[in-house]
Amino acid sequence: MINFNKFYKLFNLISLTLVVASVLLLFFKGLNFGVDFKGGTLIELRSNDKNINVTSLRQSFNKMDLGDFNVKKFGNENDFLIKIEKKDTSANAIEIIKKDLISSLGGSFNFRRVENVGPKVSSELLKSGIIAIALSLAAMLFYIWIRFEWQFSLGAILALFHDVIITLGLFSLFSLEINLSIVAAVLTIVGYSMNDTVVIYDRVRENLRKFSDIKIYELTNISINETLSRTIITSATTLLALVSIYLFGGEILKGFSLAMIMGVVFGTYSSIYIANPILVKLRVSQKTILKEDTE
Amino acid sequence: MLYFSKLRITLVSLVSIFFIFIAASNFQNSEDSFISKKINLGLDLQGGSYLLLEIDNGPVEIQKLQNTTTVIRNFLKDKKITFNDLRIENKKIIFNVSNDNAQLVETFFLDKESDINPYYNQYKSHQFDLEIQNNEFTLTLSKYGLIEIKTSSQDQALEIVRRRVDEVGTNEPNILKRGNNRILVELPGLDDPMRIKSLLGKTANLTFRFVTQNNNDTFGTEMLQFEDGTSEAMVSKRIILNGENLLDAQPQMNNQTNETVVSFTLDRVGAKRFGKATSTGVGKQLAIVLDGKIVSAPVIRDTIASGNGQISGNFTFQSATDLALLLRSGALPAPLNIIEERTVGPDLGQDSINAGVIALMIGFLLVIIFMFFKYKIFGLIANITLLINLFFLVGILTLFEATLTLPGIAGIILTVGMAVDANVLIFERIKEECKKEKNNIIAFDTGYVKSKTAIIDANITTLIAAIILFFMGSGPVKGFSVTLAVGIFTTLFSVYFIARMLTGLYVVRNKEKTNLI
Repeated sequence: MINFNKFYKLFNLISLTLVVASVLLLFFKGLNFGVDFKGGTLIELRSNDKNINVTSLRQSFNKMDLGDFNVKKFGNENDFLIKIEKKDTSANAIEIIKKDLISSLGGSFNFRRVENVGPKVSSELLKSGIIAIALSLAAMLFYIWIRFEWQFSLGAILALFHDVIITLGLFSLFSLEINLSIVAAVLTIVGYSMNDTVVIYDRVRENLRKFSDIKIYELTNISINETLSRTIITSATTLLALVSIYLFGGEILKGFSLAMIMGVVFGTYSSIYIANPILVKLRVSQKTILKEDTE
Repeated sequence: MLYFSKLRITLVSLVSIFFIFIAASNFQNSEDSFISKKINLGLDLQGGSYLLLEIDNGPVEIQKLQNTTTVIRNFLKDKKITFNDLRIENKKIIFNVSNDNAQLVETFFLDKESDINPYYNQYKSHQFDLEIQNNEFTLTLSKYGLIEIKTSSQDQALEIVRRRVDEVGTNEPNILKRGNNRILVELPGLDDPMRIKSLLGKTANLTFRFVTQNNNDTFGTEMLQFEDGTSEAMVSKRIILNGENLLDAQPQMNNQTNETVVSFTLDRVGAKRFGKATSTGVGKQLAIVLDGKIVSAPVIRDTIASGNGQISGNFTFQSATDLALLLRSGALPAPLNIIEERTVGPDLGQDSINAGVIALMIGFLLVIIFMFFKYKIFGLIANITLLINLFFLVGILTLFEATLTLPGIAGIILTVGMAVDANVLIFERIKEECKKEKNNIIAFDTGYVKSKTAIIDANITTLIAAIILFFMGSGPVKGFSVTLAVGIFTTLFSVYFIARMLTGLYVVRNKEKTNLI
């Protein structure tokens, strides 16, 4: 048996630091929103000419007077991703860019992907993304509240916030792009983290019924250990699947799978080190559970 | 219970085989496949264009107000009621009547049978809200009046957009309403939407009007620019013909001038009007106005009674073809703005499919190897379950002809990773029970019973996330939520029907074995 409970305090401190750091990052550095949420134009192009590189592309885009833009390699040696922030994109802006590019660098381009999101749509997408995440947190809170006592509900939600905030904090720290698929990843993280917490909580509740003489501090530790191999195996198989998406699933899914990997790691950690210490702090005992049973 | 009836075993096997066949039908030609259904590939996988158009209803509202103003003017004149200062201000119609008539005029506007202020029974509201202050009448479009305008212009625009897209002849376009002022156009397989965009970007409002030098034209005049931007001309507001009078329009080569023109055929009414206008207007210039710009303004030399004519104006063959197409399909009720555009080329789509399939196979392989090393025989059972689960998942997506997107493939891979969770929970529980309980069969049973609540809670939480994602997410992300949600159900089914049966059969044969798991 591993004494997880010995480190409750230490890891709580670490978690608190990480959360505060993440909030500060989100507040001061902010998130790197992609075209989905900020509006603008995204072009993925493949060049058939080996001489074309980021620098030459940047030069020709500079000439086009498009305002802020960003050129980078995208996976493959000949693939590039260009993001243009210009808001007042007229209907034929993309055609003009295509023409300009071909005239300045020669006509050996393949426009693999073009996305153009107007400011109205992007702000709607952002709004619905935020609502979706808030709604899922609320739904989880409600579900756990029905299935368990409020102390459990609070613990699970704090664990969720912990995971979501730290994942977003890391995205901010490394300036990783937030797009629609990241919202999907965050929601899945919420589901996964909850899943993991619920399994341990289920065992805590079962043990609370069984043992009246063991303090919650010990009891959580027993429950964590009893479910530990499951926790490890499920995290491992999920991570195996995610790492496979990250490595082989193509550039477009990289951000999504990375967010999920972070989420699974933090979700697993928080269901041990956030969800359980909360129960200890809230002095959950057999009475908490029995009250529920007699009602 | 460890007894599995023959019936149950047969049923479960049949269901599994059924889904294996359905899943396999995706990889066959439709003629020789088991069923004709297939998973649809999303635009991000097969390539294509997604356009979200917003209808700019401002001009329609103004048009409505102008029309209503005319109606009110004629109506009041008809009833011999004097009025002053009839005008449009800030999207409001305002006019004054004398004290004696105020009461009467009010009843005209509030009458449910009113012609000047239609009453919508379904909304229990008039088209205009009426406000009277010191005999000054102010009419504002009511909430439902605006909705009525929006929905009717959306309906019309949808029809015109469909006609235009159909005329271009793309492969199975998908044209849908979004909200009450947007239209979604999905064009699978189209990697350059430029032509469609330029066709949808024009309202194609065509009118034939006389060029005039006379400011005092009874219908009013306006200065309009020529299409090429070089000059302007004063044009009467009186419309002789408009696009609705056209029966057909085709691009044509004019043999005499060697110019590309658009030739048109008018309907009966149009031909009659055109004949009359050309007979009285010989020597005058007739402006052909498209979307507020003069395409050309030829001088009328002769009466045209046949109802056939030509529009010339520096066309290339392509632009003449497009103009003819626009004229055939009719004018949009309001301008459309493209507010979101996403285009994926076919080769990127194929690359994404390949990458997704490779990631799926590797992910699946890694999980299978891991599970086998961890649980041996039980791992094998979990792996068989996982494989059948995959067939279920793909089979159900096929049955419902769901749309598979790139995030959707990620959802399938994620399901592979998370699906073993339920089996792991059960196996770990059985392991624990085996320590306390010598009887393997009882340990097995308790393992299943005791792990049930955790499994159900855990899956419901993921399902909640998937459902919210389905309703809030858009496009590709929706595809992810679908595979995730379907994956939860197939996982639970395969764990409780297939894995349970296989483990049961194994445990019964190894009743006496120590270290069962």
